[in-house]
Amino acid sequence: MGTPVIELRQVRRDYAVGEAVVHALRGVDLRIEQGEMVAIMGTSGSGKSTLMNTLGCLDRPSSGTYRLDGVEVQGLDDDARADLRNQKLGFVFQGFNLLPRTTALENVLLPMLYDRRGRFSDPHARALRALERVGLGERTHHVPSELSGGQQQRVAIARALVTDPALLLADEPTGNLDTHTTVEVMALFQELNAQGITIVIVTHEDEVAVYCKRAITLRDGLIERDVAVQGRRAAEDLGAWDRTGHRPQVDHLPEGRPPGEPS
Amino acid sequence: MKPTHLVGLALHSIRRNVGRSILTMLGVVIGVASVVVMVAIGMGAQAEIQARIDNLGTNMIIVTPGTSSRGGVSGGAGSMNRLTVDDAELLRREGQLLSAVTPVIFTRTRILQGGMNWFTTIYGVDTTYEQIRTWPVDSGRWFTAEELRSNRKVCLLGATVAGNLFPEGDPVGQSVRLRDVPFTVVGVLKAKGQTPEGSDQDDVILAPYTTVQTRLSGRQFIAQILASTWGKDDVPAAMEEVKVLMRESHDLSRGEDDDFEVKDQSQLGEAARGTTQVMTMLLSAIASVSLVVGGIGIMNIMLVSVTERTREIGIRRALGARRGDVLAQFLVESVVLSGLGGLVGAVLGVVITAVVGQVTGWATAVTTSSLALALAFSGGVGVFFGWYPARRAAALDVIDALRYQ
Ligand SMILES: Nc1ncnc2c1ncn2[C@@H]1O[C@H](COP(=O)(O)OP(=O)(O)O)[C@@H](O)[C@H]1O
Ligand SMILES: [Mg+2]
Repeated sequence: MGTPVIELRQVRRDYAVGEAVVHALRGVDLRIEQGEMVAIMGTSGSGKSTLMNTLGCLDRPSSGTYRLDGVEVQGLDDDARADLRNQKLGFVFQGFNLLPRTTALENVLLPMLYDRRGRFSDPHARALRALERVGLGERTHHVPSELSGGQQQRVAIARALVTDPALLLADEPTGNLDTHTTVEVMALFQELNAQGITIVIVTHEDEVAVYCKRAITLRDGLIERDVAVQGRRAAEDLGAWDRTGHRPQVDHLPEGRPPGEPS
Repeated sequence: MKPTHLVGLALHSIRRNVGRSILTMLGVVIGVASVVVMVAIGMGAQAEIQARIDNLGTNMIIVTPGTSSRGGVSGGAGSMNRLTVDDAELLRREGQLLSAVTPVIFTRTRILQGGMNWFTTIYGVDTTYEQIRTWPVDSGRWFTAEELRSNRKVCLLGATVAGNLFPEGDPVGQSVRLRDVPFTVVGVLKAKGQTPEGSDQDDVILAPYTTVQTRLSGRQFIAQILASTWGKDDVPAAMEEVKVLMRESHDLSRGEDDDFEVKDQSQLGEAARGTTQVMTMLLSAIASVSLVVGGIGIMNIMLVSVTERTREIGIRRALGARRGDVLAQFLVESVVLSGLGGLVGAVLGVVITAVVGQVTGWATAVTTSSLALALAFSGGVGVFFGWYPARRAAALDVIDALRYQ
């Protein structure tokens, strides 16, 4: 195996709240390899968002080390982290976070505007290809308000992958979508993952996690459970759903081993 | 981000909120338009005064009797009137840099002419007065050196006098009585217009100074000596030369003050020019206040915009925008907003200036430099008043901004 995409060692994140200190992450060790598709789960307040912000270089750990695609993140200043986000990460948010009154194409062009390395010779063509890849080749000049939730999330995914990031980070990407659309979006993620893109999805829904290859559960700022997931095919579920008219039964996640134990 | 991107982004954002953008720009539009109009009116007034100064004569030097402190007693200006025809003669003879010299004697008089009654000033002058003041005749002719030498009772009428005494018909060849002395009108002068101070130069009668001295005023002293130089560049040196010659002529010893004053033509309009300059500055300053008010309007809307677009800022930062990129984005937006306002204001200012000029008949002058200045100023307003909102935008925390509802 080559360099892991993510390597966290004893990552802690403390928040000072008035006099008290909240330990949002309490020494997380995590390794995610190239080509994985990981769900990060846990109850509210377990530290998912904090972990997500850390992985996304939006926040810095209080202690511990974080390597993203071979780059030491702790110690980087604000500008360097902005550049790193631009080069290595693609974000997909729960609320889609597209710029309003801005066409799908312009939204997808956005991350390439902040490229400082001249990596993209023809951003326009690239953006069109990314939109085609998510099945929106026909909707490039629509603004978000003219698109359905699922379509908006596809635009956001196109925007996240247009720069060929080492890691695609999705924060509750299906939280605002109905079940059918959720499965559609998961089918898209699976397709992209099959093409080699490493994906981390924060979710609290089992029916999202079942389409991932690995599920990590946080509890009180620590990894409580880390299991391999049977690769269920979202595309097949969609086909069955459309054929039969009702939704296929989705099984629960398996009880897994605690982290650190050999499989 | 490339500058073209930033400008494109700014225009995009301005278009997203057309109505509000226009209202925001309005302050700058009005500010710039009023600066352009005020400066145009002021510059027009200055240009008119300059034209009047130029119109006074050609490379002209004026000698007048000055204040004297002889015997320790200081009199008022002109209290020791010691200019004489001899002084003028000396300047004519010795002045190397002077191309022409004339004494000038003033005397006020009433003229009775065929029932018409007119009060005016008679100037007793040399024939060189025509050249020095660039003042040819409109009809008839100038009096000659011969007529001057032999004290002939001939005169030239200024356009105003001619029009008043001879409402119809040619005055040339007619006779007018000046203090009961009959003079023959040999010519009518071309109209010359107003002095820089605004008095009518055509309300005048010119006659040989010899005749005026012997027949009308009877005084030995003269009011002014006018001289002109060969070239414009000679004026400063010629003024020095005149001073030296005048001191010589007046027999002043070292340590004694001049009892005369030497000015050049440009100094004549100084007071009037100073007034219009102050007026221009005052008007522009008042107009600039509205530009500043416009700037505050921009700052206000930019602050609102930063708050409204907090989430957008968060998205951009997550996708790789540095704080500097966000700062640049909002700063450029404010500058573009203000600059567009400046552009519209400049055009509006030119139009208003033209209308004001038409309606009032005032001289106006819209100069490229005043337009450029107004535009630069509006850009500056954009930077100045956009800075604080842009700083606020750049200072936002990514995570908070992303979470902002
Ligand atoms: N900015 C913050 N300031 C203070 N406490 C915070 C902050 N963000 C998160 N926390 C606390 O850290 C803990 C983990 O929160 P979070 O990472 O948001 O969990 P989750 O996303 O799983 O709900 C919670 O107790 C939360 O209250
Ligand atoms: Mg959360």
